[in-house]
Amino acid sequence: MSSPSPAAFSMAPPNQWEEFTEGMWRRNPVFVMVLGMCPTLAVTVSAINSISMGLATTFVLAASCFLVSLLRRLIPKEVRIATYIVIIATFVTVVDYAVQAISLDLYEALGAYIQLIVANCLVLGRAEAHAARAAPIPATLNAIGMGLGFTLGLTMIGGVREILGAGAFFGVPLFGPGFQPWVVMVLPPGGFFVMAGWLLLFAIVRRRMAARNAGAASSVGSSAVAASSGACHGA
Amino acid sequence: MAHESLGQILLNTILSGNFVLAMFLGMCPFLGVTHSVAVAFPLGVATAFVIVIASVSAYLLNWVLALAHLEFLRLICYIVVIASAVQLVEMFVKKHYPALFRALGIYLPLITTNCAVLGVALFQTAREYNFAQSLTFAIGGGVGFTLALTLLASVRERVQLADTPEVVQGTVLVLILAGVLSLAFMGFAGLGG
Repeated sequence: MSSPSPAAFSMAPPNQWEEFTEGMWRRNPVFVMVLGMCPTLAVTVSAINSISMGLATTFVLAASCFLVSLLRRLIPKEVRIATYIVIIATFVTVVDYAVQAISLDLYEALGAYIQLIVANCLVLGRAEAHAARAAPIPATLNAIGMGLGFTLGLTMIGGVREILGAGAFFGVPLFGPGFQPWVVMVLPPGGFFVMAGWLLLFAIVRRRMAARNAGAASSVGSSAVAASSGACHGA
Repeated sequence: MAHESLGQILLNTILSGNFVLAMFLGMCPFLGVTHSVAVAFPLGVATAFVIVIASVSAYLLNWVLALAHLEFLRLICYIVVIASAVQLVEMFVKKHYPALFRALGIYLPLITTNCAVLGVALFQTAREYNFAQSLTFAIGGGVGFTLALTLLASVRERVQLADTPEVVQGTVLVLILAGVLSLAFMGFAGLGG
């Protein structure tokens, strides 16, 4: 890790871009790693709540990964988890007071879940698995990418739940007054169902793509069928 | 909020306001270790035990912090106290009940990062419960957590034998089952007042 520094340095730009984008989609914390499920399901009743929660988590993640990475040679191995938790709890307290100062409505909507960012396995997991082994800048970039990926995942769930459950998106009504909202979507079961729905959609798309690739490799006839069905699904 | 009766709190936390199925606390063990009832039930009991300890220590801690006007340190203190409490429980169980310790294995230390444990401490503070209410809230929460874990584990044991499509297997299936279970628990809404 430390010896090939010139080579690593010349590789820096693509590497850091890679670090940044890793969490956005390829290893999305919500849909691929399935980490930090408590806030994912609890606060995603509307798109605005989801974005706020995602950004709060991103800030905590980036700030604590930066500090953990900076202190990684000073923290003794035996007490590292406790140290990480104290660092994370400090930044969560900052976010908690900041949200309270910015918008009281938002603070009441998110409730104790802001403070529960401390127990979010995503934050501790990234501090332990990545920030403790990387230099401050790549660690922070990776953490910001992961945080934005988390925000994206939360917003995708929150958006669907708000559209179906309240007939609105970011508080703007989408359908006419005749729309009957699916109340179950803003109730707890909706969180499970929407999350399951997205994962199911990704699994189906991944399967079609794999089938299309395999079909293209083997025979012409079957590939045409697979491609057309895949295109259908994509549209 | 602080005038709810103890019975109301107990009913509420076990059924209509179940920690896992209605408040989404402790999702990681809920989705992760519910393969079989044999694992899920002991884990639920251990977590319930830690929840009660955390609730009592958080109540005392909050009282001390309020005396010293250091409320902004609440979160940091809670998490440190919970981590130490889990450590103490682990040492105690290891010394006096080695068989139980071996059965629980890695899950015991992992309880520290369970949101249900921290959640109890935070919710009882936010709702300004007194000591008896906090204790009831913690006991109800622990029982509800164990109930949800055991129910999902038993459903998953049954579904394993069923012929499910390949696409839904894994996390999707668990989420759908959890959603159905949560839907069933919504039927208790209004029971606890």
